[in-house]
Amino acid sequence: MAPQAQSQRSPSPSQPSGKGEVSDLKMQLRQLAGSRAPGTDDSKRDLFKKVISYMTIGIDVSSVFSEMVMCSATSDIVLKKMCYLYVGNYAKYNPDLALLTINFLQRDCKDEDPMIRGLALRSLGSLRVPNLVEYLVGTLGAGLKDGNSYVRMVAAVGVLKLYHISASTCLDADFPALLKHLLLNDPDAQVVANCLSALQEIWGVEASSSEEAAREKEALISKPIIYYLLNRIKEFSEWAQCTVLELVSKYAPPDSNEIFDIMNLLEDRLQHANGAVVLATIKLFLQLTLSMTDVHQQVYERIKAPLLTLVSSGSPEQSYAVLSHLHLLVMRAPMLFASDYKHLYCQYNEPFYVKKLKLEMLTAVANESNTYEIVTELCEYAANVDIPIARESIRAVGKIALEQYDVNAIVDRLLQFLEMEKDYVTAETLVLVKDLLRKYPQWSHDCIAVIGNISSNNVQEPKAKAALIWMLGEYAQDMQDAPYALEGLIDDWEDETSPEVRLHLLTAVMKCFFRRPPETQKALGSALAAGLTDMHQDVHDRALFYYRLLQHNISVANSVVNPTKQAVSVFADTQSSEIKDRIFDEFNSLSVLYQKPCYMFTDKEHQGSFAFSEELGNLSIGVDDQRVEANDEDLLLSTRKEDSLPQQTQGALVSLDQNEPAAAHAQQTNSVIDDLFGLGLSSSPSSSPSPLLKLNAKAVLDPTTFQQKWRQLPVSTSQEGSISPQGVATMTTPQALVRHMQVHYIHCIASGGQAPNFKLFFFAQKTDEPSNFLVECIVNTSTSKAHIKIKADDESASQAFSALFQSALSKFGMA
Amino acid sequence: MISQFFVLSQRGDNIVFRDYRGDVQKGSAEIFFRKVKFWKEDGETEAPPVFNVDGVNYFHVKVVGLLFVATTRANVSPSLVLELLQRIARVTKDYLGILNEDSIRKNFVLVYELLDEVIDFGYVQTTSTEVLKSCVFNEPIMIDAAHMPPLGPAALFMQGNKRMPGTAVTKSVVANEPGGRRREEIFVDIIEKISLTFSSSGYILTSEIDGTIQMKSYLSGNPEIRLALNEDLNIGRGGRSVYDYGGSGGSGAVILDDCNFHESVHLDSFDVDRTLNLVPPDGEFPVMNYRMTQEFKPPFRINTLIEEAGSLKAEVILKIRAEFPQNITANTVVVQMPVPKYTSRVSFELESGAVGQVTDFKEPNKKIEWGLKKIVGGSEHTLRAKLTFAHESHGNITKEAGPVSMTFTIPMYNCSRLQVKYLQIAKKSKTYNPYRWVRYVTQANSYVARI
Repeated sequence: MAPQAQSQRSPSPSQPSGKGEVSDLKMQLRQLAGSRAPGTDDSKRDLFKKVISYMTIGIDVSSVFSEMVMCSATSDIVLKKMCYLYVGNYAKYNPDLALLTINFLQRDCKDEDPMIRGLALRSLGSLRVPNLVEYLVGTLGAGLKDGNSYVRMVAAVGVLKLYHISASTCLDADFPALLKHLLLNDPDAQVVANCLSALQEIWGVEASSSEEAAREKEALISKPIIYYLLNRIKEFSEWAQCTVLELVSKYAPPDSNEIFDIMNLLEDRLQHANGAVVLATIKLFLQLTLSMTDVHQQVYERIKAPLLTLVSSGSPEQSYAVLSHLHLLVMRAPMLFASDYKHLYCQYNEPFYVKKLKLEMLTAVANESNTYEIVTELCEYAANVDIPIARESIRAVGKIALEQYDVNAIVDRLLQFLEMEKDYVTAETLVLVKDLLRKYPQWSHDCIAVIGNISSNNVQEPKAKAALIWMLGEYAQDMQDAPYALEGLIDDWEDETSPEVRLHLLTAVMKCFFRRPPETQKALGSALAAGLTDMHQDVHDRALFYYRLLQHNISVANSVVNPTKQAVSVFADTQSSEIKDRIFDEFNSLSVLYQKPCYMFTDKEHQGSFAFSEELGNLSIGVDDQRVEANDEDLLLSTRKEDSLPQQTQGALVSLDQNEPAAAHAQQTNSVIDDLFGLGLSSSPSSSPSPLLKLNAKAVLDPTTFQQKWRQLPVSTSQEGSISPQGVATMTTPQALVRHMQVHYIHCIASGGQAPNFKLFFFAQKTDEPSNFLVECIVNTSTSKAHIKIKADDESASQAFSALFQSALSKFGMA
Repeated sequence: MISQFFVLSQRGDNIVFRDYRGDVQKGSAEIFFRKVKFWKEDGETEAPPVFNVDGVNYFHVKVVGLLFVATTRANVSPSLVLELLQRIARVTKDYLGILNEDSIRKNFVLVYELLDEVIDFGYVQTTSTEVLKSCVFNEPIMIDAAHMPPLGPAALFMQGNKRMPGTAVTKSVVANEPGGRRREEIFVDIIEKISLTFSSSGYILTSEIDGTIQMKSYLSGNPEIRLALNEDLNIGRGGRSVYDYGGSGGSGAVILDDCNFHESVHLDSFDVDRTLNLVPPDGEFPVMNYRMTQEFKPPFRINTLIEEAGSLKAEVILKIRAEFPQNITANTVVVQMPVPKYTSRVSFELESGAVGQVTDFKEPNKKIEWGLKKIVGGSEHTLRAKLTFAHESHGNITKEAGPVSMTFTIPMYNCSRLQVKYLQIAKKSKTYNPYRWVRYVTQANSYVARI
């Protein structure tokens, strides 16, 4: 265990406690405060340095605050800067003293030197004292209009600082509007960039509570602003370019010409030496071409070389960040990287986290033509002195075998691993051979011959031991020693610490018993006896279960432990495709490195301000209400469950409903009623102001388009709806509601969740034109409420559609 | 957006600490250091450059034994933050001349000044040494360079090659020479790192050169510079697989797989005559990074022989042949080879007349190490090592040993044959003739021979 955290304030033992020194400093500063003698500034510099250096190592020097302020009357800019730094650090905890600094900061804000004006303005914003904001408003206003770009640059960030101290003051002073003006007009690119960052943060937070802010936030990704920024892209610093590119990646151009224009304009950004610029450009290219399969693939081809160059230039840390992104792309489209496998070979001096990524990629890109070479390379690593890598390499070989390439040769190699007689190699190999046998029972003969020679004494790791025992049970008839090997293991029951192994032992000895009863009877007896007295609940229960089963009926017992098995066709993927898609949407962020979508590791407020507008890719965007989060986690649980089933849904969204087409057909057979329903709806008294809105019964929309549209369209209606108690009663799964809405020509594209929270995405189309309505519907069955968000291609029709949707929803359960 | 930036010494002391947004707790440096020091995940002991503890993301890069760290709560671009940390280190080095714990401690007020301008409220403002010059007022306090281990690739030039004014690269961009005059000079370094793997039968399995053209300018008035590369330089390998070596690698065009450029570089005439035009900013920066998998002549051949000599003994013979011209000398060569785990003792036998060679058996990780101070082009060196085992070997001992790896530095040599044909500086006057230094160096990145 790591040692306990020391209290943060306590200085480390090697440092002076500081008390005496600090009061010394206080004295000396006081003496200098009023002095006008020559050389005063030099002595002040020395003292200030001491103060700052104490501050750095964590000694509390807040007690000299007033002395520092007294000494601040100086024209020496180095002194000023130190003083600003000090004040910025302690003002927050000494709000009363901070008031003392206002005077000189405000005076400096009017200095004739723009550098001093900028510095003072920056420090004023960094005080973080709420009751001082009144002084900030005027100076910021002046700063934004300053003739010097340095001051405007500082002021733009200053507005953001003010917003964090007091949002209302910032908004009341109408600063966002001023920032927007500068964003569109300032000649200095860094001022523009700072305005953009500030506005993104401010409107990102405000959008949840204010319709206007939400509109402004959307407006940032409107064509005029995007084009304005793109046209100036080369004026921006490399860091500001990243901000702009990130913003542009949220823009959805209406047609492909525009997409190509943007890509042509930014093509040379892929040759930038700064990896952050390149990755931001790649993200943009990938997002732009999502719905253009061919071009999307070309983008992959185009970005390969720049990515590989970034991986091999720069520091190991930078190359790790890039490699993680390469990893994501390789996992998404392994075929496209199949010929580049040699770039993924490990170098002996790379750190573990790099090698691990490379091994996973090598596994993914293996195909008919390169498997031989990849496996040969992996076998080199398996013999490596680096044990964790050797283990990973063996697992990689096994995974490739499970992908069916060249199984024959690989089985041979795995069996050779067993001959290396290294414990960890044997252990990993046993686990793999077990998995292979579950998938390719036809190889049992070759494997069993080798496995039979392994002495269980040489296998210590529980997983490996369990695998060996499983094989002993499963292939008892082919392994001569099986009953005796099991008997030996049962004799050591007391010393076996892993319950997993003991469970497997019980099952294996049962299986063996039915195949070779006379030889196993004794072992079975002692295993059951040991199991019944076992301290572990599961082991005890299983022993008891077998015992009763045998008592009850031998042949039933046999069919329970030795059923005819089907070979496993696909092993469950550890990560759902939904999660993977979300990570892809969050390209060029930490999500890629952690291999988790950001809501899993970031608090809401910080997601919201960064993730900006990704409602769909990001089901629980931070700015939403409480309900969504709870719901979201339930969604995850449910998708995980689905994943363990062999037939996985391949949806891009939550969990695409595969039964949907079938359900749709079933409904369409009742087509006579369909029309009636449509009519009945439009003429129903409670419903729409526009009775002419008719929906297309056979509307189609693919998930990608849905996702794109959802991202690009603004919310046109957002309201609460209610569900009848009868409806709630039938809603144990989202399916019930899905089928109900289908009758109303509102089609479900994705659904998920568990009672009481469900989340569904619907779409509908007008009969006469390809105009879509998209709906997010969050249902809480315990409150019988539904929260509905509608986005529409044709906003004018959204009211009518909303009424229609509400009325359909209210009929749920009434039929 | 970045919440905090700090620099920690190897012992975990704060050397500088700057809080930009106040949304991460003050004790973050301690949390970070403890996590890195006691890292244990996946059975590994080395912390990755980015990790998350309780919602705070910690980024770090290691530079000259110091940890440059940034924290944030937001889901930012990791490349951006890691690149920024490197850049802060570089800017600091530009100012201080030498970057190490001592120089930062002596100049921490200057470093704070830099940090104040580089980041504001978590947003990067500028990392250009040039731009920063106008806002930084502290004079750097120089530390004695003589016994300080210098930083970065340029350091290579300070060993063994007396033609280079080694101290020049350790001078600050703002410091004046004694006498108030600055020396007008510019350094262009072509630095290549080789990754190469020989199979057990001696043929090349994979090879790659990762190169950088690094520039450091001390020219006043920012004149424009024209840098000409080989005219027959090709970029991109078309539709061919990169490992499909066409023709011989002995002569002909230099083919790069890919390259990228610093933003100051204008490529207008690059496609025509392979020249790069740029106005070099102050400080050190990479003009161009490139990557090449075209076949090249490996600078060293490695031969390894292991023979069992009885049940508890074996002999290893390592042979290194330098395959570069005789007027070139490699230095600081180290050859390493893991030996079987049950090796208990090793005795070495160097060739007769060997100078500047050392051998060692690294008992804890069971490696033999052979250091050679110098290897002259064309020469061959042999080491014999007699291993004694603690117990009998089970199987094939060649499977329990190796691979052999090598590190080296070869000044004034580059394998890719990429060249700076000329370096033109726009003239301000007839007498203006600044010093130009074009230097080449080749280093091993991962140079491995399997056995």
